[in-house]
Amino acid sequence: MDLKGFDHPGRPGGSGPRSVKVMIAGGFGTGKTTMVRSVSDIKPLTTEETLTQASADVDHLIGVADKTETTVSLDFGKISLNDSLMLYLFGTPGQERFWFLWNGLFKGALGAVVLVDTRRLASSFRAIEEMERQNVPFVVALNVFPDSKNYPVEEIRDALDIPENIPVVACDARDRASSRDVLVALIQHLKDRSAVAMESR
Amino acid sequence: MSAPRRPTDPSGLERYYVLTGGRSGPGGSASSLDVATLIVSLAAPVPGMQHEHEDILRRCRDPLSVAELGAHLGLPFNILAVLLTDLLEAGRVEARDPIPAHGAGRGPDLALLEEVLSGLERL
Ligand SMILES: Nc1nc2c(ncn2[C@@H]2O[C@H](COP(=O)(O)OP(=O)(O)OP(=O)(O)O)[C@@H](O)[C@H]2O)c(=O)[nH]1
Ligand SMILES: [Mg+2]
Repeated sequence: MDLKGFDHPGRPGGSGPRSVKVMIAGGFGTGKTTMVRSVSDIKPLTTEETLTQASADVDHLIGVADKTETTVSLDFGKISLNDSLMLYLFGTPGQERFWFLWNGLFKGALGAVVLVDTRRLASSFRAIEEMERQNVPFVVALNVFPDSKNYPVEEIRDALDIPENIPVVACDARDRASSRDVLVALIQHLKDRSAVAMESR
Repeated sequence: MSAPRRPTDPSGLERYYVLTGGRSGPGGSASSLDVATLIVSLAAPVPGMQHEHEDILRRCRDPLSVAELGAHLGLPFNILAVLLTDLLEAGRVEARDPIPAHGAGRGPDLALLEEVLSGLERL
């Protein structure tokens, strides 16, 4: 193998680059793509997965009569946290029924942000259920639209049926600082969970 | 050579399917590939190599995530995973999976969370 003239500028002394991932989930049109965009260092990209009828499972799940092929995209962005650590953000497809496609999409994720549009709370129910089912720690971010009403957090928590310890924060997904604050809330929540887990050992 | 040869100059999606030899999804060493897995080249491209393999090696001199690579190359994840398996098995690239919040059998990694937090706070 020819390794000559092939250096690794990004790999100082064996430690090497590392990555962590965070998922941005939520119902249809709740602002997932917008949030990935606003907080990313790179021009956000889209990667595609193609569903074919080859698999009976897939066929069953699609339930779309005339289509033999469906493309589902996953948008993502990244944030350079320091010289060797990258945070990758993945906005999940709006149609949750396609999540299975991304083999272990949530596996290995630090956690998730579930975006909620308070005008259409129900659109994010599926996303929350999915996080609970897959045991992915999450925070709820209320994406505030111009005509969103200001509901008390307790009411929302109640409607979404999420426990006390799960943070609910308001945000503007178009704003970088605001989206950053949501990620900070998520990491803080993960730290709190860790602390609790340590104590109960 | 009498063995069937893979196309060296594929164009269009159908040919990518041909190019993967009909293998439809990641298997073997690529079965753990994640969209956030970082790929790093371990070797320079060699002449005569399949075009996509060469492209991957060139783009991954600096670590690049599977998702980014797929977006740059315009390849769906499953197809890219097959190509990456070839390169992994040939020892031409290295794959680094994202660090999970909980290491296997170990407790939650507080140091990692702190590191992420301070990175975010600098934004
Ligand atoms: N006012 C306001 N509009 C927003 C905000 N976030 C997103 N939007 C708008 O809402 C619409 C939907 O946002 P997207 O980011 O595409 O939502 P999404 O969750 O990716 O949608 P799907 O992928 O289709 O499920 C877009 O027109 C955005 O410009 C916000 O914080 N405030
Ligand atoms: Mg979207």
